[in-house]
Amino acid sequence: MSDSHGQTAGGSALDTFPRLLMQHAKVRPGRPAMREKAYGIWQTYTWAEVAENVRAIACGLAELGFRRGDRLAIIGDNRPRLYWSVAACQCLGGIPVLLYQDAVAEEMAYVLQDAEIRFAVVEDQEQVDKMLEILPEVPLLERVVYDDPRGMRHYADTLLMGLDELQAMGRSHDQNQGDFLNAEIEKGASDDISVMLYTSGTTGKPKGVCQTHGAFIAAATGGRQFDKLTDQEDILSYLPMAWVGDHLFSFAQAMVAGFTINCPESGETVMTDLREIGPTYYFAPPRVFENLLTTVMIRMEDAGWFKRKIFAHFMDVARRCGAEILDGKPVAGGDRLQYWLGNLLVYGPLKNVLGMSRIRVAYTAGAAIGPDLFRFYRSIGINLKQLYGQTETCAYVCLQPDGEIKLDSVGKPAPFVEVKLADNGEILVKGPMLLKAYYRRPDATAESINVDGYFMTGDAGFFDEDGHLKIIDRAKDVGKLNNGAMFAPNYIENKLKFFQHVKEAVVFGSKRDFVTAFINIDLEAVGNWAERKGMSYAGYTDLAQQTAVYELIRECIEKVNADLAGDPMMSGSQVHRFLILHKELDADDGELTRTRKVRRNFISEKYAVLVDALFAGKKAEHIETEVKYEDGRVGRVSADLRIEDTKTFAPRGAVKAA
Amino acid sequence: MAREFGEVILDLQNISLRFGGVKALTDISFNVREHEIRSIIGPNGAGKSSMLNVMNGVYHPQEGRILFRGEQRQKMEPHMAASQGIARTFQNIALFKGMSVLDNIMTGRNLKMHTNLFQHALFWGAAQREEIEHRKKVEEVIDFLEIQSIRKTPVGRLPYGLQKRVELARALAAEPSLLLLDEPMAGMNVEEKQDMCRFILDVNDQFGTTIVLIEHDMGVVMDISDRVVVLDYGKKIGDGVPDEVKNNPDVIAAYLGTSH
Repeated sequence: MSDSHGQTAGGSALDTFPRLLMQHAKVRPGRPAMREKAYGIWQTYTWAEVAENVRAIACGLAELGFRRGDRLAIIGDNRPRLYWSVAACQCLGGIPVLLYQDAVAEEMAYVLQDAEIRFAVVEDQEQVDKMLEILPEVPLLERVVYDDPRGMRHYADTLLMGLDELQAMGRSHDQNQGDFLNAEIEKGASDDISVMLYTSGTTGKPKGVCQTHGAFIAAATGGRQFDKLTDQEDILSYLPMAWVGDHLFSFAQAMVAGFTINCPESGETVMTDLREIGPTYYFAPPRVFENLLTTVMIRMEDAGWFKRKIFAHFMDVARRCGAEILDGKPVAGGDRLQYWLGNLLVYGPLKNVLGMSRIRVAYTAGAAIGPDLFRFYRSIGINLKQLYGQTETCAYVCLQPDGEIKLDSVGKPAPFVEVKLADNGEILVKGPMLLKAYYRRPDATAESINVDGYFMTGDAGFFDEDGHLKIIDRAKDVGKLNNGAMFAPNYIENKLKFFQHVKEAVVFGSKRDFVTAFINIDLEAVGNWAERKGMSYAGYTDLAQQTAVYELIRECIEKVNADLAGDPMMSGSQVHRFLILHKELDADDGELTRTRKVRRNFISEKYAVLVDALFAGKKAEHIETEVKYEDGRVGRVSADLRIEDTKTFAPRGAVKAA
Repeated sequence: MAREFGEVILDLQNISLRFGGVKALTDISFNVREHEIRSIIGPNGAGKSSMLNVMNGVYHPQEGRILFRGEQRQKMEPHMAASQGIARTFQNIALFKGMSVLDNIMTGRNLKMHTNLFQHALFWGAAQREEIEHRKKVEEVIDFLEIQSIRKTPVGRLPYGLQKRVELARALAAEPSLLLLDEPMAGMNVEEKQDMCRFILDVNDQFGTTIVLIEHDMGVVMDISDRVVVLDYGKKIGDGVPDEVKNNPDVIAAYLGTSH
């Protein structure tokens, strides 16, 4: 599947990541390749230093007996040394397997077994403990190398080794036989597998997606051309390394374009670090943008009346013309002046608080982003765009071109990518960035790539008149109500989630008479709202069952119903009844995937009692559920949940259609 | 876990402390060995905090001898204790509420600063170099106690559990050889207690710091202590490894309230 599309002009041999790395070390040895905040100071590693460290790790691994084709598990937060381990593994012709660092031990055991892992590089004691816990289940595991030696002094296991020690070993090896690693890098080919990323497992067991050097380099090169990225970009790497988006932005694109990646100090300091770095190129899932906006709004509501007035006024101005100015469309002179003033007084300082002053390009993906939210960021002058892709396509299928931004589309097919629609509306894609195979699952590979070489995304969508792709839902989730009307659950859930008070929503309706919904309230937003109204509550469960909260949520749902009534295809999907769940849906309980997508089928089985009660017309139902805490302990939560009806609207579209 | 201890570094011999007619401590003797975690337990009003105050020179016992690293201490003042490498935290948090976490921890370095006020006012040359040096040490402590995210937050805005951690950080910034902790886990929930236990064990393990600790939570004390001394009404009623103390009839009586 090697494809010359992805390569830079001139037929140079920069077709694997190790070669790219060595090239950067030669061409821009003094440019910062990585920064990491440690001891309160940003420590910089230049490309030359990174290359030297990668060589040391690679030679160390080779000394331990790591051979071509071996898989190397890498688990931890975004640390430079873990990124180096990815590159080091690739130098040796090995395959890095990136795991989600917050996964519990059993989940890791599955991946380690599936990928037949012999070597692992992990971040710290926490991950080492998990490895030791699952050791009996993964007999192949020979060596666990840890980055942070803290708390490791009394671990006597011969399996364990510090990364410092490994690097020291590798350095002396590299000095003695410098040709060894160069020869190993020489052996690499564009068609070799460069990384294995596991799918989040929305459906069934996670599958290992094998991507080649060529695929990721093609995706990264395309992205670089599309957004004119240079080696001057700064990016904050804070999303899980195991996620395809991080691998594309923080690894592949950094390697292709030669820009700088910045690793935050810890998970809790990301906001501060973002402000300090002021990235020029930024990626975040909609959730992050939403949380940022919620924080800003809550703080604004607590501000004095004068500040609130100014903020409200200029936000109106921005809403009116901000996005148009960003897109370079004609705007009246008066508005332009107002916007300029607003930039001075509100948008500029606001962007600075958000750490977004320098952003040239920002992307969001992974879930639908609310139109208000999207417009907010664009209107204050942040070039936020959407993209569409999945693990199997290196997160690279469609991108929104500058100046052609539509709220509800994901843009046009990216360079080198061909997109077409199947008869049932399923989106099919072809290009150099497709997966090579699922690891040891030829059946799954055959199922997902059709005879013409198109990857079947499983998403349903359509092209609008300007050639922009719109996504409706998962193709298999699109069902029918008993009266034959189309039911796209995700579409409705997203509309519900766009309200700041609704954190998660799960709707049911396939093969039913009407549509019902489970709601998770957003504890921060609703809690704040309750505080302002002077309501007292004792935590999530209590707050969720209050009458006033039910009223609040009912209003949201009725707005969605009114909206749906205007769409001829969706008017039958209005939500008739709903309940607010007594606990927050959680990945630890298996209700969400690690990327926080709801697992609808699992939820409908787990809470079958509640679903039945919704459709049986009951007014309340008792439920008791097990919850897993982060440390693995299990507790129980029980509650009596109220179920309420909502108002529905006559389909307006139907009149027009008739 | 086989643990090794060094010599006795603090030896308290026949200590008696009176406030007027009230006998706070009566004829108490025990010692602390290098690198151990030594707990002091006892019911309310048993004299635990008084004992700690005697150790770092806040109170001066009327009778008895205190040997620190083999030297007898006469009339020691708290600042002398501090310069000898004894640091402590307090039962009721004693931080500067309006100052940031970072500044609070910096105060822990105070005794190690050698430049004078005038140099600091100019903040040039030696003073600046010294500040950078101290800041580095403080950052190590911040990293160690995992409080990076609150570095610049005023202490008054932090929840109680974190304030306790900041207090520990300030004590650690002084790089003590002997650390006195007065109820480090009071008022914490289970998770915060677990974190605190881990930090105490890590401090003991990684820096080799000797720790004397007052605590009410018996689970915690029995889990992390090497030796425990039990006080009741100002008298010592038990001393030994946790298992001995647990089975000591006097200790059981004191805790369950059986009449003597």
